[in-house]
Amino acid sequence: MDLSKLTIAAARKALDAKEFSAAELTDAYLAEIEKKDGDIHAYLEIWKDSAKEEAKSADERISKGEALPLTGIPIAMKDNILIKGRIASSASKILEKYRASYDATVTTKLKDAGAVFLGRTNMDEFAMGGSTENSAFGPTKNPLDLSRVPGGSSGGSAAAVAGDLALASLGSDTGGSIREPASFTGLVGLKPTYGSVSRFGLMAMGSSLDQIGPFAKSVEDTKIFFDAIRGYDANDSTSLLKDTVAAFKQPKVIGVPRVFLTSGIDSDVLAQFEMTLSSLKEKGYEMRDIELPNVPHSLAVYYIIMPAEASTNLARFDGIRYGHSASAADIASVYEKSRGQGFGPEVRRRILVGTFVLSSGYADAYYRKARAVRSLIRTDFEKAFADVDLIATPTVPTPAFKLGEKSDPLSMYAADIFTVPMNLAGIPAISMPSGSVVRDGKNLPVGFQLIAPHGAEEALFAAGLDVENGART
Amino acid sequence: MTASVDVAALAKLAKLEVAPDELTKLEKEIPAILGFVDTIQTVAADATHESPTHRNVMREDADPHESGLHTRTLLDAAPAQKDDQIAVKQVISK
Repeated sequence: MDLSKLTIAAARKALDAKEFSAAELTDAYLAEIEKKDGDIHAYLEIWKDSAKEEAKSADERISKGEALPLTGIPIAMKDNILIKGRIASSASKILEKYRASYDATVTTKLKDAGAVFLGRTNMDEFAMGGSTENSAFGPTKNPLDLSRVPGGSSGGSAAAVAGDLALASLGSDTGGSIREPASFTGLVGLKPTYGSVSRFGLMAMGSSLDQIGPFAKSVEDTKIFFDAIRGYDANDSTSLLKDTVAAFKQPKVIGVPRVFLTSGIDSDVLAQFEMTLSSLKEKGYEMRDIELPNVPHSLAVYYIIMPAEASTNLARFDGIRYGHSASAADIASVYEKSRGQGFGPEVRRRILVGTFVLSSGYADAYYRKARAVRSLIRTDFEKAFADVDLIATPTVPTPAFKLGEKSDPLSMYAADIFTVPMNLAGIPAISMPSGSVVRDGKNLPVGFQLIAPHGAEEALFAAGLDVENGART
Repeated sequence: MTASVDVAALAKLAKLEVAPDELTKLEKEIPAILGFVDTIQTVAADATHESPTHRNVMREDADPHESGLHTRTLLDAAPAQKDDQIAVKQVISK
């Protein structure tokens, strides 16, 4: 079997036809991990023995003809998603030894589906970053060019799939943490509608922004994985009810926010984007220029709301109930020292910014103002979707950058310009590979992002298939 | 409006120990970040009259789980425990 070409859909057929067993498939991935992950560092931990056991159970299920779409499919989990009894560290020193006391809802769904869990993947600490360089356990490298980052924060999950170290993986996306690494590693990455996938058991960063979503090698695989994890969950109070899924409508008109696209984008990335638009036009899509007047403020709004929510969520890590605990004479010092020793630099920055924008005297000018502008951004999209079925942008203004290239926090934040608006609006977006650009003599993939109204993931998949097949026209 | 930010005071509020050399670095970085996000002040949006589009969804405050069902699991995650309670250092000082 050729892992570089294997998809979930193809593996399903082969498993069901007994061309190879789930045990053989899992062994093939474990061997590949053994061979390559020393260089890539996609994983923080490999669960070899349990993966083999799960593959064995999957084979029994397949023999009985009871296989579901993900039965026997080897996947990787981002380190901020809980699996009962397993370490879940969010790539932070503060949770280095923390073992989850329950299964996340997505974990339960994947266990029920008979998926094989290969291991937990590296990430920016507490999902804060766009390069996976903020991991407390060392960076992940881009499998396509080891001198470059795989993106972040779900960089390990992206590198695992792009490096053929897993067939698919789960990440989480608060401001682009699935789509940006998908763009940098040539994968398909989906940020679902807020509320469509349960956040129960996902370590919270920005609770009004976070969504779990899949990385895969094709649009078809992405849909298979999304269908396996979506759905209402009583344990997540922001979970959407069934009737909120939009009725499928074949998309025909794609809106392009021309003015917004001029924001610091590499010219060859923009040219690649235009080529993808042209191929979609040839397939019968109509392109329409749209205006999203408040969307250019998204990055500023995001870097107020996200740290405000993150600093609130991270208050639970205090050295008392779980995680790293520093020894000190009194409880106040235990808090300060445990947090001081346990959190890395970017997490500390965001906690401090969040504390500032929520503090008395500044909350009106920053946090509440940002919420008001967020409403305007949401309205911009609602108005746009009255005229168009989907919206297209590049996923990131650049291809994957070099490790260590962005040492200034603000230059790192700028990479999120095209991805944060959808988290603010709660709408779904997908990044698909669409061609490449050359840097230092190497071809690097760039992503094409499609954005849909709430609950319209099916429209993303439909148009996504046309992007995927673009080269054939 | 963010000309001066007392990072040491913020760190105290956030219960976060920050070493002196890091403080010097943060005293440059935090105002730069706040300067960047300050661009939202140019948007004509009224922060005081926000109409919420979301509502809280809570379950009924009824049917609690059996008492003690999760006690052991939760206690085992705590760094220090004593007699089925989480142990903490002195809370009030003279």
